[in-house]
Amino acid sequence: MPDGRFIDICYHAPVTMKFSTLATALLFAIVTSIGVGAPAHAKTLRYATQDEPQTLDPHSANLAVANRLLSNIYEGLVFRDKDYKIVPWLATSWTQPDAKTWRFKLRPNVKFHDGSAFTADDVVFSIERALHPLSQLKVAVQGVERGRKVDDLTVDLIMREPNPVLLNHLVFFRIVSKTWAEKNKAAIPQNYKDKEETFSSRNSNGTGPFMLLERQPDVRTVIVENKTWWNRNSPERGNVSRIELLPIQSRPTRLAALISGEVQFVNDPPTQDVPRLKANKDIKIVEGQEARVQYLVFDTSRDELLYSDVKGKNPWRDLRVRQAVAHAIDVEAIKLKSMRGLSVPTGTIITKFDQGFSSDADKRLKYDLVRARELLKEAGYPNGFGVTLDCGNNAPAADICPAVAVMLNQIGIRVTANVMTIPNFFPKLQRADTSFYLLSWTSPTSDALYTLQSLVYTHGGDGVANASGDNNYGRYSNKDLDRLIDQFKVEPDMKKRDALIRDALLLLNRELPIVPLHRQIIPWAMSAKPGTDVTAIFPPNGTPYFFRFKIQ
Amino acid sequence: MLAFIIQRLLQSILVMLTVGFIAFSLFNFVGDPVSLMLPPEATQADRDEVRKSLGLDQPFYVQFGTFLGNAVQGNFGISLRLGRPVSQLLVERLPATLELAMTAAVFGLLIGIPMGVYTALKRDKWTSKVLLTGSLVGVSLPNFLIGIFLILIFAVWLGWLPSFGRGETTAIGFWTTGFLTTEGLKAIILPAITLGFYPITLIMRLVRAEMLEVLRTDYIKFARARGLTNNAVHFGHALKNTLVPVITITGLQLGAIIAFAIITETVFQWPGMGLLFIQAVQFADIPVMAAYLCLIGFIFVVVNLVVDLLYFAVDPRLRVERSGSGGH
Repeated sequence: MPDGRFIDICYHAPVTMKFSTLATALLFAIVTSIGVGAPAHAKTLRYATQDEPQTLDPHSANLAVANRLLSNIYEGLVFRDKDYKIVPWLATSWTQPDAKTWRFKLRPNVKFHDGSAFTADDVVFSIERALHPLSQLKVAVQGVERGRKVDDLTVDLIMREPNPVLLNHLVFFRIVSKTWAEKNKAAIPQNYKDKEETFSSRNSNGTGPFMLLERQPDVRTVIVENKTWWNRNSPERGNVSRIELLPIQSRPTRLAALISGEVQFVNDPPTQDVPRLKANKDIKIVEGQEARVQYLVFDTSRDELLYSDVKGKNPWRDLRVRQAVAHAIDVEAIKLKSMRGLSVPTGTIITKFDQGFSSDADKRLKYDLVRARELLKEAGYPNGFGVTLDCGNNAPAADICPAVAVMLNQIGIRVTANVMTIPNFFPKLQRADTSFYLLSWTSPTSDALYTLQSLVYTHGGDGVANASGDNNYGRYSNKDLDRLIDQFKVEPDMKKRDALIRDALLLLNRELPIVPLHRQIIPWAMSAKPGTDVTAIFPPNGTPYFFRFKIQ
Repeated sequence: MLAFIIQRLLQSILVMLTVGFIAFSLFNFVGDPVSLMLPPEATQADRDEVRKSLGLDQPFYVQFGTFLGNAVQGNFGISLRLGRPVSQLLVERLPATLELAMTAAVFGLLIGIPMGVYTALKRDKWTSKVLLTGSLVGVSLPNFLIGIFLILIFAVWLGWLPSFGRGETTAIGFWTTGFLTTEGLKAIILPAITLGFYPITLIMRLVRAEMLEVLRTDYIKFARARGLTNNAVHFGHALKNTLVPVITITGLQLGAIIAFAIITETVFQWPGMGLLFIQAVQFADIPVMAAYLCLIGFIFVVVNLVVDLLYFAVDPRLRVERSGSGGH
């Protein structure tokens, strides 16, 4: 997932007041106010966030904002527990009868929010839906060709190609009711051509711990506990029974709402305000490392850079110049100044939460300006050169970009920081119309494969790794690296697979087609007032799983 | 009269065409929505396909032509960001913006006029000087800053008013109103003051200047000579005569308030058209931007037309001249 946060800021939905929804909401308000049907422990969490998803469709958008909400409504075959380990969820067990098949036993007596039973038909249908060309969740079923119903509670996933980490992918595979989707003409994720709204974008029917009560895009989205949830007796379950998602785009307003007690939870407080929030005794901050890496990329493919004053050759193609850049970046200073301490410097593109991470590869070149200048001189640029660095205008990239420019200027690389709006930045990258850029990346699958094949595999290469080099906008290409990725993609033995990944990561450290900077630490701000004291757990994917939240 | 209205309406169509044309010629620079609509792993063929089905592969004048053709039939297309018809979105958002703008305008009049009268009558009092200096602040402070100050004082420190949103709304037909619930009424106060700050100061200064002017005229002196009470002179004669330009300016300001509610709506997460527009810009949602700009152009034109007609109503000389030139 290339930087959900980048896209986050663009995703919103319209205001709408459906009369039936309103009526339900009013009714609910009356019912709760007179205390009928409301359990004694009923707790409401009001949650403010910069952006909410523009759609509730389980498969049409692969974005952090959408995942945050939908992961509470829809569920998959497997899930992650508190310690981020994969655990059985809607599937109770699985086997691999042969290399091309995964067989899942489904949990009995699971019901969708509309009361219909969950069966193998829904799984088969959801696979088909997730694989539809207009789905953005194809990665959730990577390698799967189709589903096959064996009986009502047994389903086979037929693989087009082997995927040793299929379970990591399936965590994000959301299952929707087949009859519901077909009845409401929502059998495909979205449809631009018919020029009408897809039903599933404002309605939902999952099996998850919360169900949709009210949806007024840009105003509020209310989810309430699913009283027939199969896992209600889980020891991990907290006590929140109603969540009001309130989008507040303006940062000061969002924090004002938290401090004044109008909301109890903010998942995206601006980093510069975190120290002030920590000083407030009514607020607490839960910090978590996010599995997201911020990194710089060079155009290593062109013979002459598009945005540089060096003519006739491409300085980035010289390894020494790339090393000089890595040496010149003071990542601790970026952490201190741009990130206000909320980052963990790293030397590798995947994180410790991802399968294949190796601490050997997590090594940065030392911050050493003298060495950097020497390297530039050896490469034939004693007086440096000029180049443009492209980045998005979102936080924290917009702060890091000028810092990097200043640091590289110290060794003579005259960097012009070009901070652009997101709708202009992404298309520019997609055209590979760049010489040097800053981006961040997270792998929704918590595995090295998706990251490596997207970021550094030869663009459009026809190796085993399909969808290859899609986000390789520097167009780096290395046959040895491609071969390693092709190998570990189909390697079933996890030990051998991890070793191959390690080799690939070490190769990247030697060749430096990208310079990783740091992993981000994400602060969640929440109320600590007695009565609305929120307890939350930060998972590395940054998704608040509300069923684990507690209010005391 | 009728000819005048028709002439002005024809002019307004020209204005909207111009607004639309300029807007479309700029849309090339706001970015490519397709890159945000499709997954990153989408192939170039996928992108081209969607671009084609949305008509984005056409040059801007062709897109503009298609837009006009559909707009004439009341179809503004479908929002790229939300996948819903744009006309429906605007109708849903319109009540929030209009209620906010009207409340701000009412604040402007109810607070601005008395303050203007006061500062004109008690021009040497220190309170007048404070108000005048304060009004300079109101004119020069940017909207969002005023909004943030108000939030800090009334939501964070005092905890009296909500810092965001529209509160609970009630639906009457297609119109949703926040005026019928306490929550809704509380929610509109801060944004309306923020949005009304500039009109308040403007009206106050205008009324003051006009009052000072009028108070010097002979008929006021005559009224005083007749022994009328101060109140009768000030409010019955002087104020009445200052209100003509005030009505005109308020009318014109109303258009500006609606159009510039964007910032206030963003600060207070007020779910109106301005917030919709800001988000459309971030997403390069061309149909929404086009429809919004045309709608705002239309509102300005209508407000100007009404103001022109008001001139007819209040100033008999205009009527006489027209009918005179027509008759001879």
